[in-house]
Amino acid sequence: MAKYEIKIGGLGGQGVILSGIIIGRAAAIYDGKYATMTQSFGPEARGSAASSELVIDTEPVGYPYVVNQNILVVMARGAYKEYGPRLVDGGMLLYEKDLVPIDEEDLKRRKIRYFGIPATAFAEELGRRIVLNIVMMGFFAAVAGVVSPESMEKAVLASVPKGTEKLNLSAFQKGLEYGRNLLDNK
Amino acid sequence: MKADPKGVLTGIHFMDGNHAACEGALAAGCRFAAGYPITPSTEVVERFAARIPVVGDGVFIQMEDELASSIAIQGAVWAGRKAMTVTSGPGISLMQEHIGLAATYEIPLVFIDVMRGGPSTGLPTLPAQGDIMQVKWGSHGDYEIITLATSSPQECFDLTIKAFNLAELYRCPVFVLLDEVVGHMLEKVVIPEADEIEVQERLWTKKTPEEYWPYDPEYGMIPGMVKAGDGYRIHTTGLTHDHRGYPNLNTKTQYEMVNRMINKIKDNADKIIEYEEDGVEGADIVVIAYGVTTRVAKKAIEDARKKGIKVGLLKLVVVWPMPEKRIREIAKNAKALIVAEGNMGQLVYEVERLAAGNCPTTLVPHPGGGVHKPETIEKAILEAAK
Repeated sequence: MAKYEIKIGGLGGQGVILSGIIIGRAAAIYDGKYATMTQSFGPEARGSAASSELVIDTEPVGYPYVVNQNILVVMARGAYKEYGPRLVDGGMLLYEKDLVPIDEEDLKRRKIRYFGIPATAFAEELGRRIVLNIVMMGFFAAVAGVVSPESMEKAVLASVPKGTEKLNLSAFQKGLEYGRNLLDNK
Repeated sequence: MKADPKGVLTGIHFMDGNHAACEGALAAGCRFAAGYPITPSTEVVERFAARIPVVGDGVFIQMEDELASSIAIQGAVWAGRKAMTVTSGPGISLMQEHIGLAATYEIPLVFIDVMRGGPSTGLPTLPAQGDIMQVKWGSHGDYEIITLATSSPQECFDLTIKAFNLAELYRCPVFVLLDEVVGHMLEKVVIPEADEIEVQERLWTKKTPEEYWPYDPEYGMIPGMVKAGDGYRIHTTGLTHDHRGYPNLNTKTQYEMVNRMINKIKDNADKIIEYEEDGVEGADIVVIAYGVTTRVAKKAIEDARKKGIKVGLLKLVVVWPMPEKRIREIAKNAKALIVAEGNMGQLVYEVERLAAGNCPTTLVPHPGGGVHKPETIEKAILEAAK
């Protein structure tokens, strides 16, 4: 597939915007593709709805917004409710398993492939709940097939604050392994 | 001259338009910014405030309001610095008096305007292109400014450098317009090495303090500049002034001052104008757009071409001055012009004037809050092709 149109949704503070930046950076800088990210956020710093959008293509991106949303990454129930119905048939859903109750019947009917991960719980095991989005990015790298895991890892390291690389790398690896195991067992 | 490496963040970045505009300013040598941060432009000065202590030899001041911001930067220029302020539509409205003053002082200044929906406080976090006329005509009296419109973070970097260079060359306010969506959009931004970036130095006077007058034309129509502390005694004023910078309130001085201020831009328009064409030669329909709307128009044009329509795009990179000659030519050869803009019809009237009845001009308006849908522009193309 040449063109990916990705929506990432969650709550402010979950790292929704940074997740978009990591995927975009991986695609545009390390994978040699074109990536355009747009974002929307509420006035509050934490707790309000937050989302970012990415268009990734092998050609320059013209229209900057997502039209045919073929991948959805959600870290909160509200985001799934809002953006879930806009997923195109045959698309892909990645979700935070403990926070987002999904409607499997609906997803199966629309031939949407869906993969869940308890990213928050994993992040807590690593000692910092704040890295849940990086766990999610590892999972995305393993499952989505948009950007290579190597590029994603480089993008994580280039995007997180100095001094937190080790923690973030562990989080990324955790998500990546979980995703790979999930694919092997499907 | 080449850019000072201290201000150049060489590398390949994944960066938003606001940050890229700030990096462009730093690369161009801007070392003073004053602003009253306003959504959706805040990230430009936020980054400037964080970067300037690292770059060194510069200052950011968060001012008490837009009036103060737009006059602080003028003081900085008289002190020898390259300076900018950053705001959005409501801020430009408030700065208009000082924009007129800057035009009359003839000082190089850059105003970065990250446009949001209006009128009034409007839509702080959503895009529109409603400032295209207020940057040109907002202050009273007759004067000329230069305006550039960006459609991607890379252009935010490149065109902000160009804006500073033009400001120095023509000693006038230069506006860099970002649509909100461009300011908050992240894409790859390539920042080259400092020695690959051409930077225009201030047109310092070559005269001695004894022979110097601040408004004697020295570089073509442009007077040479001095800075405070160099031993030149100067006077300047917003009142109509003669070559000495002293008020001289009569028709003759008014005639000379206003004409020179306007002609220094008009007579050099061909050097200032920049536009991009895609398939305009031989096209029946030509879409004219600027900023983010050019990206939407490209999609609409691709789709219309698949249906056999001969349609081209004229993208205005420099909006003011307008490429008047080129639009006149295009209007003589095309069947119709379409102006797509993020407002209810502003630049369309200029295009209509230039088309001069040679072909019809259709407006595809958008009130702001989003960008056009490609289908809307495509529909107008198909309609015009009938």
